[in-house]
Amino acid sequence: MTFSPSHFSAVLLFAACVSTVFGITMRETPPRMLRYGAYCFALFVGSAILLSWVMYLIAR
Amino acid sequence: MVATEDKKATGQTTGEGFVYLPLIAGWLVPGAGHFLLRKWGRGALLAIAIVCMFGLGLAMQGRLYTKADDILDMLGLVGDLGSGLLYIVSRAIGLGNETVQLTTADYGTRFIVVAGLLNVIAAVDAHNLRTGRKA
Repeated sequence: MTFSPSHFSAVLLFAACVSTVFGITMRETPPRMLRYGAYCFALFVGSAILLSWVMYLIAR
Repeated sequence: MVATEDKKATGQTTGEGFVYLPLIAGWLVPGAGHFLLRKWGRGALLAIAIVCMFGLGLAMQGRLYTKADDILDMLGLVGDLGSGLLYIVSRAIGLGNETVQLTTADYGTRFIVVAGLLNVIAAVDAHNLRTGRKA
C-alpha cells in the first residue's frame, strides 16, 4: 500500500499526531491538554503556511 | 529504613512494583505505560497518534534506518529505535528497507523518526505519572 499525500496534507497529519502527544504529555488536566494541543496544531499549520508564503515571495 | 532506601535505590518500592515498568512498557508498546497506570484515555490517544504516525510513514514508503555510518544516520537510528517493538517488528518483516525516489518517501522517513521520538516522550510521561512527578 502506498500513500502519497500532498505537502499540505502531510503537514496536517504531522501536526495532528504531534499535537495530540504534546497536549497529553505537557499538561496535567484534560481541558488544558485540549487547549495546548489545539494551540500546538495551530502553530504548526500556521507557521507552515507563513513560511510557504515567505518562500513564495522570495522565489519571485 | 535502610532496607527501604536500598529498594528505592534499585527502583523498587514496597508493594507498588517496579518503578520503571511503565517507562519500559511505554517504550516497547506505544501507550502501554499509561495503560499500566490505568490512564486508559490518555494511553489510547497516545497509541493511536504514535502508531498512526509510524504507519503513515511506512505507507509513504519511508525508510527505516538500519546502519549508523555517519552522524545523521546515527541520529535517525536513535529516533527509529524510540518506537520500540514497532521498529523491531517492522524490520523483522522487511518493511521500510527499500530506497524510493519519491518526495513523500522522504516525508515518510521523517514521520517514522518523529513517531519514535514522540514515543519516548510518552514513555517518560508515563514514568513521571508513576513516580508522582505529574498528576
